[in-house]
Amino acid sequence: MSYELIVIGTSLGGLSALKTLLGALPQDFSAALAIVQHRHRESDPGLGTFLQQFTVLPVHEVEDKERIQPGHVYLAPADYHLLVEYGYFSLSVDEPVSYARPSIDVLLESASDSYNERVIGVILTGANQDGVQGLAALKARGGMTIVQDPDTAESPVLPKAAIAAVSVDAVLPLGQIAPRLMNLCTAGG
Amino acid sequence: MLAAILKPDELDIHLLIEGLYHRYGYDFRNYAPASLKRRIQHFLRTEGIATVAELQAQALSDRACAERLLLGLTVNTTAMFRDPSFYVAFRQQVVPLLRTYPFFRIWHAGCSTGQEVYSMVILLQEEGLYHRCRIYATDANDRVLQVARQGIYPYKQMQDYTQLYLKAGGQRTFSEYYTANYNNVILRPALRERVVFGEHNLVTDGSFNEFNVIICRNVLIYFNPSLQNQVHELFYNSLCKFGILGLGKQETIRFTKYETAYEDLAKAEKLYRRRN
Repeated sequence: MSYELIVIGTSLGGLSALKTLLGALPQDFSAALAIVQHRHRESDPGLGTFLQQFTVLPVHEVEDKERIQPGHVYLAPADYHLLVEYGYFSLSVDEPVSYARPSIDVLLESASDSYNERVIGVILTGANQDGVQGLAALKARGGMTIVQDPDTAESPVLPKAAIAAVSVDAVLPLGQIAPRLMNLCTAGG
Repeated sequence: MLAAILKPDELDIHLLIEGLYHRYGYDFRNYAPASLKRRIQHFLRTEGIATVAELQAQALSDRACAERLLLGLTVNTTAMFRDPSFYVAFRQQVVPLLRTYPFFRIWHAGCSTGQEVYSMVILLQEEGLYHRCRIYATDANDRVLQVARQGIYPYKQMQDYTQLYLKAGGQRTFSEYYTANYNNVILRPALRERVVFGEHNLVTDGSFNEFNVIICRNVLIYFNPSLQNQVHELFYNSLCKFGILGLGKQETIRFTKYETAYEDLAKAEKLYRRRN
């Protein structure tokens, strides 16, 4: 069995954590990555440009119905929910979930609906609970769940809540998450 | 083609959607599945119904329940001067083109409760073009159109709207456009003068005129790729030569069959111009 999609959720402290994680992934990385980083609704599309400086993988701010390609990094745009359909993304401007739009729960739940056990959910540093329910859904669908070790997180609230609510597959210090993803995504082939 | 094998929860949703179509003619069959599922689940919680199968039984036998569901499945997120940079680009790129017409028609498709229509009216008025146009503002949902026709909005939103108006390049004082009354404001009736509000369903209804500009923002995101293509065919056939199409900030013509039928007018703001 191989993993096709990695979904990542983070809020406070996420920028520097994403920099570290994405920066460690090689050019031939075989899965697609979709990310929700909580951000202000009027923030300019600078996040993609910012992250692109630190990774060899192409970074996109998702446009509606964009195709999901292996080895690409997809960011939820400001003020839209990012949803996964099989093979492509959809966006929505539905009400915020847990006060957030984009919401981590929305990304993780829709990803596990479409990709079942072929998805890895990663929860990084964050200051609220958005993402916990999504990680539980992803686990229930047979996906792999990884949470950043709260001791290495700029804001441990979200990782702690995720660990308390879900029997996660791995709790890892930030620096070990990228190597684990590489391992998981090549092992099954 | 082999039939797709659905998981039990997907099957229940599929049957509900088919049922709504065959029982009432409400056509959600080509909506984007992930967001549709979320809204159905949200509706279950608000109605206190345990399963999609139970909702199906209720909605198909009880028209009032079906109508509440219909409202629950449609999204009405809007604001005056939402995405102000869109209006800045419209002033800079589209207004000069519109000045060359003695008369022009705008179709605002999926206008919801009307805030974005009135934003366009204000822009055109400030540019001295409003008397030359007619705006057709449509939505599939009669209830939101009633709100749109009235032009009455909560006073507490005015602070946000004023900020957005200024960022959108507004040239006057925003409060000139409304009268406050207790907790609400009513927009100046003159703003409505050249707007026709009407019911139109993008999924099932056809073209009804030829337009110089079509605005449809954050509506098509709820449709799957095949329905998006169908609606883009409708838009293409309803636009005059060199007509303007305006989509939402993260929407694009790129992943549709009509990609080559338009050129970019303001790329980042998703303003396109029909090639011929």
